[in-house]
Amino acid sequence: MTATTSRLNPNVSAATARAAAKAANEHQPVTFGKALNTALADSLVADNSVVIFGEDVGTLGGVFRITDGLTARFGSERCFDTPLAESGIVGMAVGMAINGMRPVIEMQFDAFAYPAFEQIASHVAKMRNRTQGKLNLPMVIRIPYAGGVGGVEHHCDSSEAYYAHTPGLKVFTPSCVEDAYLMLREAIDSDDPVVFFEPKKLYWSKEQVDLAQLAEQYEAKKSARTEGQARIARPGSDATLITYGPSVSTALEAAKLAAEEGISLEVLDIRSIVPFDDETVCASVRKTGRAIVVAEAQGFASVASEIVARVQERCFHSLAAPVLRVTGFDIPYPAPTLEKFHLPSAERILDAVDQLQWEA
Amino acid sequence: MSTEAHADRISDVSKKFGITPEDYMLPARHMINLLNPDGTLRPEDQQGTEPGHEYPLPSPARLLEAYAALVTGRRVNDQNSALVRQGRMAVYPSSHGQEACQIAAALCLGENDWLFPTYRDTVAVLTKGVAPMEVMTSFRGEWHCGYDPKAYNCAPMSTPLTTQLLHAVGVAHAAKLRGEDTVVVAMCGDGATSEGDFHEALNFAAVFNLPVIFFVQNNKYAISVPLSQQSAAPSLAHKAVGYGMAGERVDGNDLMALMAIMTRAVRMAREGNGPLLIEAHTYRMQAHTNADDDKRYREDSEVQEWIAKDPVTRMKAYLDDAGLLTDSTVAKITADAESVAKTLRDGMNQEANTDPRELFEHVYSAKTPQLAEQQAMLVDELDREEA
Repeated sequence: MTATTSRLNPNVSAATARAAAKAANEHQPVTFGKALNTALADSLVADNSVVIFGEDVGTLGGVFRITDGLTARFGSERCFDTPLAESGIVGMAVGMAINGMRPVIEMQFDAFAYPAFEQIASHVAKMRNRTQGKLNLPMVIRIPYAGGVGGVEHHCDSSEAYYAHTPGLKVFTPSCVEDAYLMLREAIDSDDPVVFFEPKKLYWSKEQVDLAQLAEQYEAKKSARTEGQARIARPGSDATLITYGPSVSTALEAAKLAAEEGISLEVLDIRSIVPFDDETVCASVRKTGRAIVVAEAQGFASVASEIVARVQERCFHSLAAPVLRVTGFDIPYPAPTLEKFHLPSAERILDAVDQLQWEA
Repeated sequence: MSTEAHADRISDVSKKFGITPEDYMLPARHMINLLNPDGTLRPEDQQGTEPGHEYPLPSPARLLEAYAALVTGRRVNDQNSALVRQGRMAVYPSSHGQEACQIAAALCLGENDWLFPTYRDTVAVLTKGVAPMEVMTSFRGEWHCGYDPKAYNCAPMSTPLTTQLLHAVGVAHAAKLRGEDTVVVAMCGDGATSEGDFHEALNFAAVFNLPVIFFVQNNKYAISVPLSQQSAAPSLAHKAVGYGMAGERVDGNDLMALMAIMTRAVRMAREGNGPLLIEAHTYRMQAHTNADDDKRYREDSEVQEWIAKDPVTRMKAYLDDAGLLTDSTVAKITADAESVAKTLRDGMNQEANTDPRELFEHVYSAKTPQLAEQQAMLVDELDREEA
């Protein structure tokens, strides 16, 4: 082996970059997309083995601009375009991870990731196991997912159940700006492969978050870990809405409306579907005695089904009513003009709340 | 890389050989074949070589080293088939008849180079240096691949077809980004060239100009389906030109030709000339595995024809004629092969270590709470059984 010049040294110091980011962000609300972009940039600075690739992620900066500016700043060895082939992208990432890199790859849309499913199910998920832990695959597969943006067919699938069902994969999905940053950094630093679901309707949502400060806290290991940790998005006492990703905002809207009617709903954001936080979920349901699982994905054989089963197995004696689900219908994702009838809405959630046997 | 840069790269290589880019990328008009089935050296004008497709003969020492590995490879194939019949191994996809390909693929690589094998490439894995019992671990029905891929620079044998070719591309890509000159040999069979990942791997390797040698053992059958139902291409090596890489065909039962071709291929890849596709014409002498019945899809007369082309007897005849096989050399080669066979017999006669408690290890870097719970349940079940 002749170790000659490495092409991976970043020519930007972390402190300089951070100071610039801080100045830019001081009084500006930050978008969910910018938080992801900053997490990618900070990871490239922090670790020379991080490489980013996929379709259109280079010069264009991704169709959602999540990798915007990374090739210009870090060079085309750190962030680059690949041929248009999802199995190729994932398969090449497997090999790069075998050989010491931390690939972060983008599947352009949820349904475009299906050609890579064999690589993900047969290799990404199993490599550690079939080599007795000798080969771990520290890689992140980023998937923009779910609907609510008027997308045409094959652009709005909630495909998380396929991956959550596959042992060996971790499955994360953030629902707020702070988590977008922290969870992506954690996913990249994880020694296990992570399928990272980004609710595409949230890319443009804004919150007042100081990303530079968040970065400092994360790197000083002072921020709370998100893996396997559900988050109480809104505390409440009468019933628990268990949800994740794009449905968190809908659940929060429902909780707000319910509060006006004097019903206090707790909203739990699962964040990490795998590993799953039974503890936080069960503590909430035991406290409230009622629960509804809210998710965009079709309900049959879904993550929502799994959560209902887990809750009733563990909390049966604390339950005052059956655990209900508000999910998408068991149909192919509908056309843009019809998606509002398919997606869980605050009204549909409140109808479910009404069915929680309050009179008893 | 721009489209022009790709064209320039191919043009630069072809100029070194004084031929056109088309003549460089297309396989030579005839398959490269140095030794006749009877072991005599073919006249130079009948070796299939032509300008730009010339392959220097390996040295006698190199041929002897390869022949020793060939004899061990044949012995291992036959030993493993016997162990399956005796019920000591669960399954074995034998490469009997294809050993010359296996040896050349592994022996041409340097210590830091990587091999990406399939389930039929146990002899190549063994030749790469993996310990015999470690190679056969998965075939005796254990849950893991048996060896540390990083200790040998040898990937686990892949059962899903051609998926590992993309991993080979990734290993080469990572090495290139770090400025290392690692070469990777990625193996597959003729049927596997129909898979989508074959196409994606060759395309990625060429677009990123990576030192990967795609080595196809065309053994004429994908379980029962003959090559004619896999591809209408003039040859599998011709597929290379569609990706902007060079392809070559070689007699896969001619160890001398294989060593010559693979040695040059590795050198060219290491020098930064991009990926290559090598198609070795060979024959699967036995059924797909012990579970297959090849009498349902091929005539015995066809198998008989290939016995005359056997790679082991061919190489032995050449070395005998060249006076390279002294009695002591033969004795050592035979003893080494027997020693590996004995290691396998002794190892397979030990009971496999299959502790069900281990089922939950290495699913993740640390056990999730859910897996810890499930493991505790199984341990409790086992404890009650033992009590």
